[in-house]
Amino acid sequence: MGNKAVNDFTIRVATVNGSGSQSSNLVLTNAIFRLGVPVAPKNVFPSNIEGLPTWYDIRATARGYRCRSRTIDLLVALDTATWTQDVASVRSGGAIVHESTYPVAGLTQRDDITYYAVPFTELAKTHVKDGAMRKYLTNMIYVGVLAELLRIPESTIEAALGAQFKSKPKAAAANLEAVRVGSAYAREHLPPLENIAIEPMTGATDELFFIDGNRAAALGCVMGGCTVSAWYPITPASSLCESFIALCEKYRVDPETGERKYAVVQAEDELAAVGMIIGAGWAGARAMTATSGPGISLMAEYVGYASFAEIPAVIFDVQRVGPSTGLPTRTMQGDLSFTYTLGHGDTKHPVLLPGTVEELYEDGMAALDLAERMQCPVFVLSDLDLGMNSWLTKPFAYPEKPFDRGKVLRAEDLSAQPDWGRYRDVDGDGIPYRTLPGTEHPAAGYFTRGTGHDEEAKYSENPEVWQRNLDRLARKHETARTLVPQPLCEETGRAIGILAYGSTHHAVVEARDLLREAGLETDYLRVRALPLAAEVAEFIDRHETVYVVEQNRDGQLFGILRNELLPEQIARLRSLRHYNGVSIDASAIVDPLLESRRELAHAGGARS
Amino acid sequence: MTAAAQTLNIIGLAREVYKGSPTTLCAGCGHNSITNHLIKALYEYGVPPHRLAKMSGIGCSSKTPAYFVDRAHGFNGLHGRMPSAATGAKLANRELMVLGISGDGDTASIGLGQYCHMIRRNVDITYIVENNGVYGLTKGQFSATADVGSTLKHGGTNAYTTIDVCGLAIELGATFVARSFSGDGKQLVPLLEAAFAHRGTAILDVISPCVTFNDHEGSTKSYAYVKEHDVLVNAPDFIPAGKEIVVDYEPGTVQEVELDDGSHLLLRKLDREYDATDRLGALRTIHESRTRGELVTGLLFVSGDEPDLCERERMPARPLRDYAEGELRLDRATFAKIAGGA
Repeated sequence: MGNKAVNDFTIRVATVNGSGSQSSNLVLTNAIFRLGVPVAPKNVFPSNIEGLPTWYDIRATARGYRCRSRTIDLLVALDTATWTQDVASVRSGGAIVHESTYPVAGLTQRDDITYYAVPFTELAKTHVKDGAMRKYLTNMIYVGVLAELLRIPESTIEAALGAQFKSKPKAAAANLEAVRVGSAYAREHLPPLENIAIEPMTGATDELFFIDGNRAAALGCVMGGCTVSAWYPITPASSLCESFIALCEKYRVDPETGERKYAVVQAEDELAAVGMIIGAGWAGARAMTATSGPGISLMAEYVGYASFAEIPAVIFDVQRVGPSTGLPTRTMQGDLSFTYTLGHGDTKHPVLLPGTVEELYEDGMAALDLAERMQCPVFVLSDLDLGMNSWLTKPFAYPEKPFDRGKVLRAEDLSAQPDWGRYRDVDGDGIPYRTLPGTEHPAAGYFTRGTGHDEEAKYSENPEVWQRNLDRLARKHETARTLVPQPLCEETGRAIGILAYGSTHHAVVEARDLLREAGLETDYLRVRALPLAAEVAEFIDRHETVYVVEQNRDGQLFGILRNELLPEQIARLRSLRHYNGVSIDASAIVDPLLESRRELAHAGGARS
Repeated sequence: MTAAAQTLNIIGLAREVYKGSPTTLCAGCGHNSITNHLIKALYEYGVPPHRLAKMSGIGCSSKTPAYFVDRAHGFNGLHGRMPSAATGAKLANRELMVLGISGDGDTASIGLGQYCHMIRRNVDITYIVENNGVYGLTKGQFSATADVGSTLKHGGTNAYTTIDVCGLAIELGATFVARSFSGDGKQLVPLLEAAFAHRGTAILDVISPCVTFNDHEGSTKSYAYVKEHDVLVNAPDFIPAGKEIVVDYEPGTVQEVELDDGSHLLLRKLDREYDATDRLGALRTIHESRTRGELVTGLLFVSGDEPDLCERERMPARPLRDYAEGELRLDRATFAKIAGGA
């Protein structure tokens, strides 16, 4: 009947969207965490407010993995529409807690799993007097059932409920009642779980806390001194700006005057949103917007303008699945090549690629610095998995450095240097000096334009002037290579390298452990920004084969590498891609990689 | 008065300071007349050049910010998307006096969305539509402000209804809406100065004949047509606060409107029934004049008591761009509560 999984299993809760199961799932997650066991929750939800299937995976993982697991050990089945497919998803030796009225017959009758039938609807009818709360509290009944089966102490559940309903002790009490209904039923009617267990751990979760990526990014923007934000609602990016607003409302409002040290506009569309932050950046404020793929499409014209007119702007792209409207509530690394060159003509932008919620926080600050230092739009690519799921992370570091406001000439600078030129490359790094509107000096003003311009910002159609300017912008892009977050490398001289970026990181971490167990040691380089640091090519030079892992069909990073590397370096690359909309898991790397090793060995010449 | 006093404005600057690069528009273009009236108004009003942000979209009209106040910062943005950039600039530094220059294509077609949303937010901006009913820069296509039945120079009759940018603005809740004519400096300059003084979005629709593509028989925006059909609803004179000027108005025919900066706008009502504070009346006047094939000019609507965007957002008087680390970052204890470690 399969192996016993101690502190290493995934609970999948299958419910109907809008039934209010989110709180129950968070309480379960938090309870496991309170027992000292690292836990990684993943919400797989539909683009719908009420009525469609939704799944919530809670992965308990003693080794602290953060990615999704394909192996479902324990299923809570509360959606009749997906009952058949949900039963099929459970591993051999696993267990199912299900509404007792669901038929166990034919396809849903398996002899390699244990069924725990619970009359949820009946229990709720009997025990929950408040009709309006009945559907919602049914979810707390399964928390009680699981707590009993997994032997989670009631005090732990109670503490998790207290954390969940911090400001509503009455709600916490009502929920605890429902939990007790479930645990009492399980105690009396259900046999113990045999193959899945939680054992309290010490040391694995010390100091860790939960935060979702969108809130982490918003915190980075607050600490990075962003004062202006404009946005248009879009899944999965909305909660980034909403978190920014919530933080500002709480901490940036003068308690006496009610004055706000920030301004946020919900714009009429994404092009207006990015126009507003570009206007704000031009006038000297730190400004950001957050969107997803369709919004990026709409922003293209202004982003190209800001790149050419050299105006700071920070754009978070919380990527979802495209093309087109695609799968709005699923995850993808689909906008890498699009954002890198967004705009017509010769346009390139720095793109930051955070892989963790901690890096989202840090890159929020770094992007605001970089945008002003480089005087250009800077993208921060998150995705739905990073942005909307809760992640366990170590505490974030308080920023010790002042803001880098970049090359800005003030009135006193202009008095010393009145013949400045807005687009002159004084320092040889391609980055010119700028003045802000409002600078009280006769020489301060210049005309910002998206048309051809010379070093003095005057209109020019002169071919030499145009080319000179484009060459300077290329030089500026080269400077960005050294200023963006540099790659992280784990290298012990192995022949095989893995190269990844963004949220794919978490699957790579587990995959490398699994590969090691299968006898294959690997080195790992995680790219953290475009343009690519010099270290990327050096890493490739040092390895026989480098697997480029990413979550899109066409291998977008692979394509960028092919553009920028030498033929002999390109020959060492292999592309591994995952693109079904659900976040990548370790087996999506391990299986094709081992298959590739077999093929290469078969072809001869490859050592592993 | 000494000669020096005559050539310097109230902040001690010469008129020369308000000039810009030579125009590259066609000789005789209505837009050049508007530029000259703008130079006069900015000079007379005493706008400090460093506080002026000249912002525009794309088109013949949007080139004009290069032709006045060289010293000021200019922002020649995207076609139809200047209002968003202007909004952002104002949020970053509310001390800026934002002057937006647009055209009829830039405002009424590609930019209609941003135009509407700028108005409903009451962004503090003087927004000029240099309106000739034609696409000049792409050589003579109809714009959405072209009248039904008007014809193109190279043939073709406009079959589609016109968008009246003034009527639309009033409907959207605009707080200052005026219409004038590029050749009528006596009316336009005081209207511009009143728009500068207004807190909130001030819309100025300036009919500006295109001498190359739309000044022919069959166009309702030609010099000849406008001169014949122009109906003045009021002839405003504007007095900046603290500057004593004798106003040329007839006693008993004057309407006084108090503006946000304490200055007063005095309206001479040619039509005794006209009340520029009556939103519905303004809409009716615009509709009726259009039905008669006439252009109504003057201050169509003004309301001085609506908060602008910065006030609604409860922004401090100090520009947001000037805040530093210590004022924007959370303190360590608060940070630790949110970011772990507490």
